[in-house]
Amino acid sequence: MRKVKENLIRGFFCLFASLSIFFLLGIVIVLFKEGLPIFKVTTFKEFLFGKFWYPTSEPPEFGILPLILGSFLVTFGALVISVPLGVASAIYISEIASPKIKEFIKPVIELLAGIPSVVYGFFGMVVVAPQVAKIFNLAVGLNAFTASLILGIMAIPTITSISEDAISAVPKRFKEASYALGANKWETVIKVTLPAAGGGITTAIILGIARVIGETMTVLMVAGGAPVIPHSFFEPVRTMTATIAAEMGETVVGSAHFCALFAIAIVLFLITLSFNILADILSQRFRKRLG
Amino acid sequence: MKRVILIWTFITFLGLSFVHAEEKKLVIQGSTTVLPIAQKCAEVFMQKHPEANISVRGGGSGVGIAALIDGICDIADSSRPMKKKEIIKAEEKGVNPEPHVIAMDGIAVIVHPSNPVNELTLTQLKDIYTGKISNWGQLGGKNQKIVVISRDVASGTFECFKKLVLKGERVRPDALLQASNAAVLSVVKRTKGAIGYVGLGYLSPEVKALKIEGVTPSQDTVLKGTYPISRPLFMYTNGKPKGLAKDFIDFVLSKEGQKIVKEQGFIPLK
Repeated sequence: MRKVKENLIRGFFCLFASLSIFFLLGIVIVLFKEGLPIFKVTTFKEFLFGKFWYPTSEPPEFGILPLILGSFLVTFGALVISVPLGVASAIYISEIASPKIKEFIKPVIELLAGIPSVVYGFFGMVVVAPQVAKIFNLAVGLNAFTASLILGIMAIPTITSISEDAISAVPKRFKEASYALGANKWETVIKVTLPAAGGGITTAIILGIARVIGETMTVLMVAGGAPVIPHSFFEPVRTMTATIAAEMGETVVGSAHFCALFAIAIVLFLITLSFNILADILSQRFRKRLG
Repeated sequence: MKRVILIWTFITFLGLSFVHAEEKKLVIQGSTTVLPIAQKCAEVFMQKHPEANISVRGGGSGVGIAALIDGICDIADSSRPMKKKEIIKAEEKGVNPEPHVIAMDGIAVIVHPSNPVNELTLTQLKDIYTGKISNWGQLGGKNQKIVVISRDVASGTFECFKKLVLKGERVRPDALLQASNAAVLSVVKRTKGAIGYVGLGYLSPEVKALKIEGVTPSQDTVLKGTYPISRPLFMYTNGKPKGLAKDFIDFVLSKEGQKIVKEQGFIPLK
């Protein structure tokens, strides 16, 4: 009787653990089932490298190159802002700050992650964009620069908290050896701690990328939304996520446009999947090196 | 034993009451443009008919029509007529969608209040959106770049604008596409060189509505048919509406319903 109960409980938890795998599988199947039919209408090459996104014109054009480049440009810009800030905060928290300051500053940074993205988007649209337009003397402040700025701030908590874990995990003996050789604190941080935590910091950055490239609401509100191939940071761009979010509700279900939106989702899925796999490989290498 | 019977009876009655409630249930889904009308009408309708249970959802015209075809909703709100492909799909599933025009909507062309331009012709408007005109100076305004703001290409508002203004031509690719009327308004009121378009209900003193072909956009001019950029708003039912769906659509079309239409910033049919 007891064994039966034990087994039941075990099965119960196993079911819940595997549920998320089922969900993932279901999502992937639906994505491919709804997305692949687009290649009856257009070719693989035209879809990925086409320069124009005119899904509702006659005849329609389904080129997502401007959307892919828009996503990458915004992500790159966000990284330029969030990586130095995020990693520097992590170093400060784990190496320099007194326990009291650490106790205060860590939750505050993590609080940044708790703000809904629509709030960031609204803030960007109402406060940041007009200032950007004024400072850089632009006709309109909704562009890749503004989006990068805000997404960069949004990615800081991800990068900081994972980097901080990595830096704290560097064995004490590494640092003690460095001090014993006469290095000061700065030299120890730069030459010993950071390289030792390098794998973990790389993981943090990659997860930050995944966070930024998948962000939807904020870019929908502040990036401007023009599906053109961007030539500078001060031009409006349209990302893959914003396109799906804005057009899915209104389009004819089952139409070529509908399939094209799912196909964009496949591209996005493959991009974030590869980033996640990369992060996994790097963090494993990192563990081996330390072990 | 007696208790078991009692519980079963209770459950059966509970079940029956659900079945009963099911008969008075109405699901409305679709266009976000029509949403405020549907919501307010449902609210007032339910006050008058406490036995009715109406749930109203947004999602977009395409979502609403798909839901009607799949039998998930009873009434589909739409800010555009059904497309050929949707009609074929409906026929395949044995659904016979019937349109009910419930209100009219005008699309106002808006600019920043500091812009000296007051009036455009349809041709000028088209040239701005297709990229032939790109400076306000060409239209008698200041020497300033025109920031073209449009709606997402899938929206019903864009669809109408494309048909009536662009005549099927493409919007310049670097136009800023915004996802809602409110977003267009928000950008135009903060951008000196901007031009955009929104539903009449969204007009505010923070922006300037342009005369088109010499006609000011208003409820009057749309109703008279002199203002050139207007469109009907629809509710679709499967076949002739029956029961609660019929009562609801009759209510929307009644004097009281049309008053709600007007209060929400749209144009009543009469």
